[in-house]
Amino acid sequence: MNAETTPLLQVNDLSIGFGDQPPIITDVNFSIDRGETLALVGESGSGKTITCRSLLRVLPRSAVIHSGTAVFNPKASAPVDLFSLSEKELRDVRGDRISMIFQEPMHSLSPLHRIGHQVAEVLTLHRGHSRASAKVKVIEKFRRVGFVDPERAFAAYPFELSGGMRQRAMIAMAMIARPELLIADEPTTALDVTTQAQVLELIKGLQEETGMAVIFVTHDLGVVANIADEVCVLRKGRVMESGPTDIVIGAPAHGYTKKLLAAAPAIPHSAEPSAARPVVDPILQLEGINKTFVSRAGTFFGKNREVQAVKNVSLTVERGKTFAIVGESGSGKSTVANIALGATQADAGGAIRYWATKGALPVDVAHLDTSERRAFQREAQMVFQDPFSSLSPRMQIIDILTEPLRIHGIGTRKEQKERAAELLEKVGLDKNMLRRFPHAFSGGQRQRLSIARALALNPSLLVCDEPTSALDLSVQMQVLELLEEIRDDFGLSYLFISHDLAVVARIADEVAVMRQGQIVEQAAPDVLFTAPRHPYTKALIAACLEADVSQKINLQTVALGAGDPHTWPEAYAMQGSSLPPLVETEPGHLVRVNP
Amino acid sequence: MLILRYSIYRFITMLATLVVVSALVFFIMNLPPGDYLSNLIAELRATGQADGISKVEFLRVEYSLDQPLWKQYLIWMGFWPGPHGFSGIIQGDFGWSFEFDRPVAEIVGGALWLTVLVNVAAVLFVYLVALPLGVLAAAKSKTWVDYTSAFVGYLGLATPNFLLALILFYYGHKYLNLPIGGLMAPEFEGQPMSPEKIKSVLLHLIIPTFVIGTSGAAAMMQRLRANLLDELSKPYVDTARAKGVPPVKAILKYPFRVSLNPFVADIGNLLPSLVSGSVLVSVVLGLQTIGPALLTALKSQDQFLAGFILLFVAALTLVGTMISDVLLVLLDPRIRFGGRGK
Repeated sequence: MNAETTPLLQVNDLSIGFGDQPPIITDVNFSIDRGETLALVGESGSGKTITCRSLLRVLPRSAVIHSGTAVFNPKASAPVDLFSLSEKELRDVRGDRISMIFQEPMHSLSPLHRIGHQVAEVLTLHRGHSRASAKVKVIEKFRRVGFVDPERAFAAYPFELSGGMRQRAMIAMAMIARPELLIADEPTTALDVTTQAQVLELIKGLQEETGMAVIFVTHDLGVVANIADEVCVLRKGRVMESGPTDIVIGAPAHGYTKKLLAAAPAIPHSAEPSAARPVVDPILQLEGINKTFVSRAGTFFGKNREVQAVKNVSLTVERGKTFAIVGESGSGKSTVANIALGATQADAGGAIRYWATKGALPVDVAHLDTSERRAFQREAQMVFQDPFSSLSPRMQIIDILTEPLRIHGIGTRKEQKERAAELLEKVGLDKNMLRRFPHAFSGGQRQRLSIARALALNPSLLVCDEPTSALDLSVQMQVLELLEEIRDDFGLSYLFISHDLAVVARIADEVAVMRQGQIVEQAAPDVLFTAPRHPYTKALIAACLEADVSQKINLQTVALGAGDPHTWPEAYAMQGSSLPPLVETEPGHLVRVNP
Repeated sequence: MLILRYSIYRFITMLATLVVVSALVFFIMNLPPGDYLSNLIAELRATGQADGISKVEFLRVEYSLDQPLWKQYLIWMGFWPGPHGFSGIIQGDFGWSFEFDRPVAEIVGGALWLTVLVNVAAVLFVYLVALPLGVLAAAKSKTWVDYTSAFVGYLGLATPNFLLALILFYYGHKYLNLPIGGLMAPEFEGQPMSPEKIKSVLLHLIIPTFVIGTSGAAAMMQRLRANLLDELSKPYVDTARAKGVPPVKAILKYPFRVSLNPFVADIGNLLPSLVSGSVLVSVVLGLQTIGPALLTALKSQDQFLAGFILLFVAALTLVGTMISDVLLVLLDPRIRFGGRGK
C-alpha cells in the first residue's frame, strides 16, 4: 500500500457496548486523510465521545469494543490496526503518534503537578528526553501556543490559569511530540466565545504547520461549519450522514441533520429596529449596584484581596418582558442575578426595588423583614443552570415540586399533590412521572422540572441563570419555547442570564452586555445585534460561529478578541482606570462611550 | 521560605491553642465537687485519724489548693509564683501525685516515651498497611482482591481490641513464641538502654501495635479506596492514559497523590484516638504506657497527675495537627499558593 494515497486512519464497522447490553455504537465507519479535519457531530448520547475515545482505548472500564478495525497508517512505520494492538504497544502510540485533548480544561490537568512537568512527561516517556532537554522543548511549545511568559507557565499549577490558558497547555501537551493525528473531544465547549475562537485558530494554525489530521468532536454546528473539511453526523451510535462539510452542512440530505441545523440558534443579521419605548410598568429595578468580594488570605501574614465583581449596575425589568444580561465568564452576570433575588447582599449604596403589582409601592429587596422576605420569595424564583445538580437526587419529583408549597404552608397535602401534577403538565411532562426520581429524566426533562419547581408558588418574576447552556441544541430550543410560552401564559417577567448571544437574541426584549462587572452596552436585541456600537459587543457578536458554510468567519481576526480596552478606539477607551460613562446615544440604546 | 514562615506561624498558633486547652483541662477537672485532699481529710476524720490531717493541710498549702481556682491554674502552669516561686509545667515541675505519693514526673517519666513509642508504631502500622491495601482495592475494585480486603478490613473494624489482644497473645505465644504482656522483659525494667533491651522492646511491641492499629488501618483503607475511586474517574486520569503513561505510574503519580490529602490531614486526629483507644488495651496487655495511670488518676481525682497526662495527650494531638498542616502545604500547591495572584 502507498502511504500517500491511503487514508491516515480508516475506521470500519466499529461496534462498542457496555458489558452484555446492546451496543451503543453500531457499525460506524469513517476515514480521515493527512492534514484533514473531520468533525464527529452529535447530541449527547450520540456516542461521539465514546467513538473517538475508543481509538486510543481511553474508555470506561465496562465498555467493550465488540468489533471493527481502525487502521492507522503512520508515516514512519507499517499500517496497524489500533484495536488489535496490545495495551503496551498502544501506549507507544498514545501521546506520540495520536494525541487527545479533552473537554474540561479545568479538570483535565492534574491539580498537584506543575503544568510544564505534565507536558514534559510526554517527551520523557516517548522520546527518552532528559528533564532539562524536555523543558527547553516545552517552553518553546508554550511560546507557540500563546503563553506570554512560557518560563512562568512552565512552573505554574493548573489552578493558577484561566480555562482558555489551560486548554492551551493541553494543546501544547498534545502537540509536543508532533503527532500525526489529534483527537479533540469538545475542546471549546467549556470556553467563552472569544476564547473559543482563539483556541480554534490555534489548532488550525498548528495543523497547517505540522500537517497533522484532526478529529474534532463537537455538538456545535457553528464550529463544524467553520473548521471541518469532512463531517460525520452521529445519532444513537449510528452514522446518519457523512461527507464534505460544504455538502452536509450546506445542503443536508438526512432529516436528522436538517433538524439539527434548524435548531441551531442564530443571531439575526438584519431586522427593522423597533422604536424604543420608556418603561412604564417596572417589576424589578436595580440602581447603582456594586459588589465587592474579599478573598481572605490564608495566614495573617498575607493580604486580603478585593475583587469588584459588579460595578455600578443599573437596570429595569419590565413586567411581562425579558431582560437579558449577556457576558463572558467572570463578567459578574450571575452575581447580578443573585443580588436581584436578595440571595447575595450588594455593597452599601444602591437600591433594588420590586413592585408586586403595577403602581404599588416598591419594596427594598436588600432590606426585607421576615414577612416581606417570605412574600418576596413567593414572587421571585430562580431557574438554575445545571439541571443535573440543582435537583436533589434523593427526592421524588412530587416532593421536589411540593416542597416550596410545604415551606410556605400552602394548601392541604391533596391540593399540593394536585398542584404538582398540574405543574408537570404545564411544562410538558406526564403526571404519571410524579413518583420518579430525577435520575430517570434526561437533561431537558430535568430543566423542565426545574422550571416547574420555580413555578410552584405562582411567581411573577423568574431569574434564569443560564437555563439552557447545559442542554443539547434541539432540547435547548424546546426549553426556550417553553419559557416563552409560560411567560406569555402567566404574564411572567424574566431576568435572563446567558453567555449565548443567539439564545438571548431569540428570547429577550432588552439586552445588556456585561464586561468585568460593568454594563458596556444596552439596547433592544434588534438594535444591539444589527447595529452594535461598542467594540466589545461587536467582538462578541463576531466570535459567534454560525452553522453556515457560506459565512465562515475569519478566526484569526476574531481570535484577537476585544477584552482588552487598550485595543478599543479612542471614543471607547479608558479614562484613567475607569471606562467612559454609560450614555444614551439614541433612544433606548445605552453605550459606554466618551461624550 | 514560604514553608518556614508558615511553620513558624503554625507553631505560634499551636502554643496559643495549647494554653487554651490547658485552661479547659484544668477547669473541667475541677468541676466535680471536692478534690483528692478534701476527700482524704473527710476519710481521715471519719476514721478518727486526726493526726494525719495536719500533713494533708501542709500539702494543701504546699500545692496552693487553698488558693482561688484561677490562681491554682496559673500556679500549676507556672505563670504565677506559688509557695516556692515560679514552679509549674513550663518550668518543668509537673506537680505531685497524691494517689501515688510521688512526683508526677517520676510516675509518668518512663511511661511517656513508651506511650509515644507504642503510638508512633501504631500510626506507622496504620499507614503502611492501609495505603498499599487501599490502592490495591481501588485499582482492582469489584474483583476478589477488593472484596477480600474489604472483608478482612471490616473484620478488623468489628473485633473489639482487647479481645483481639487476648487471641493474639494466645496464638502468638503458642506458635511464634512471642512474649505476653508488658513492653519489655521484666529484667530490663529500670535498666539503662542496651541492644538487648531494644530487642526485647521491639519484640514486645509487635502485638500491641497490631492490636491498636488494626481498626484504624481498616477504616483508613476503606476511605482511601473510596477517595481513590473518586479520583480515578477524573478527566486528568484519562489525560495521563492518553499521554501513554503506564498504568501503575498513572495511578500512583496522579490520582493517588490527590487522594492522599485526607490521610495527611488525619495524622492529627489519629494520635488522640489511638492514645485514648489504647487505654483499655494497655490495661489488658499490661503495657507501661500512661494510659493505666490516667485511668487511676481520673478515678481518684488526682488532679496534677490527670491534668498533666491530659495536657500531654493534647500536646501530642496539636503537634500531630501541626505536622499534617505543614505536610499538606508541602504536598498540595493549591494550599501553598492559594493566595498567589494569577
